[in-house]
Amino acid sequence: MKIKFPRWFYRLASPRWFYDITSKLLPWFTIIAFLLIVIGTIWGLVFAPADYQQGNSFRIIYIHVPTAILAQSCYMLMAVAGAVGLIWKIKIAHIIAKSCAPIGASMAVLALVTGAIWGKPTWGAWWVWDARLTSMLVLFFLYVGVIALTSAYEHVASGDKAAAVLALVGVVNIPIIKYSVEWWNTLHQGATFKITEKPAMPPDMWIPLLIMIIGFYCFFAVILMSRARTEVLRRENRSDWVKSLVERY
Amino acid sequence: MNFFLAALRRDLLLTFRRRNDIINPLAFFLMVGILFPLGVSPEASFLSQLAPGVIWVAALLASLLSVDGIFRSDFDDGSLEHMLVSPQPLLLLVLAKVTNHWLISGFCLALVSPILALMLFLPSEGIKPLIFSLLLGTPTLSLIGAIGAALTVGLRKGGILISLLVLPLYIPVLIFGASSVQAGSIGLPIQGYLALLAAMLALSLVLAPFAIVAALKISVRS
Repeated sequence: MKIKFPRWFYRLASPRWFYDITSKLLPWFTIIAFLLIVIGTIWGLVFAPADYQQGNSFRIIYIHVPTAILAQSCYMLMAVAGAVGLIWKIKIAHIIAKSCAPIGASMAVLALVTGAIWGKPTWGAWWVWDARLTSMLVLFFLYVGVIALTSAYEHVASGDKAAAVLALVGVVNIPIIKYSVEWWNTLHQGATFKITEKPAMPPDMWIPLLIMIIGFYCFFAVILMSRARTEVLRRENRSDWVKSLVERY
Repeated sequence: MNFFLAALRRDLLLTFRRRNDIINPLAFFLMVGILFPLGVSPEASFLSQLAPGVIWVAALLASLLSVDGIFRSDFDDGSLEHMLVSPQPLLLLVLAKVTNHWLISGFCLALVSPILALMLFLPSEGIKPLIFSLLLGTPTLSLIGAIGAALTVGLRKGGILISLLVLPLYIPVLIFGASSVQAGSIGLPIQGYLALLAAMLALSLVLAPFAIVAALKISVRS
């Protein structure tokens, strides 16, 4: 059986087409991300009801949860893109994987920092040795490893491949790390959103959160595309279309 | 199988010609263990609580210290390149090198660990779990470490990079290894922990060689 994708999908593998398509997509994603984040932030910080136990301090959830979700899904995207690059030897896939790493690392830092700020009033401590905090910290170190390995190679293609192998090894390990630290120690509340259950929060609280999460995903797409476009230009700097593009400015 | 044994024999022979490679990790292991009473407190009741974790962390670091050398000398003199183009199965070759590393690090560490256990006042019930958990856990460390070694063998400053790549992946082994000793030393059953360590060993034994081979090919070609 052979699956056929639409033509534009195959074209995405070419750096030049990727650059053209993303230059059309980028403004839309920027606008949507901006609107969603503005709406979600104002709704969440001003209009959503205060928590009966945590009062207003829970409102940091509107930053904390999106960043934490993004930090995790960014790793998955990085690993999938790395695998695609290793198997089908697609340049763009490696560029995407490389662009993912710093974004994911900064999302993990944001999740940890907002978590610490949230933890101080609710748990009474900036940091506790809890499973979710620890696995997020480990995730951050995995990102740092991928970034360090990519930049340690002088030969770009080898650095890409090595980072892809490391990301794949990390993906196999992430569930093991997650469950091992969970059995080791846990204090954190359960996941906010589960696909199979209705959220435990009232709609006034979780709808802005959902808006924020979607907004953050769009924001992530914007940053990812911008980084990938820059990387495309840097790597293709000898090709004619990049030269003519640069000359136009 | 013959090929595996031949490759292992060669590596072991090379290791025994450089005896420092065997002694250094062991000395490092004991030194790290000795630092804790000096740095924290020499009190027996305190140390006996600390001992399972300290011994496991020291073993983990000692294993990490020597992991850089798995492929280094073969890469430097070019024999690794010849092994990669040889018609022999690479997975077996890689497994032989990892086994060699485990024999000089994890296996020896497990044998020496009772000394450190006595010095850190680990209760005597904990010594058997310590040896078993080290025997089951350190092969996983060698396998994961070999991935890092293979990824960095072509780089000039691979040393510190390896620890950055590999240490996060060591965490599950450390958790279950140290927990088993902790449980054993207060008389709780340890079979569950050992089963988990064995499961991680089985998983890494099946998957890690593929990653190591892929990483070696990248390193040699760059």
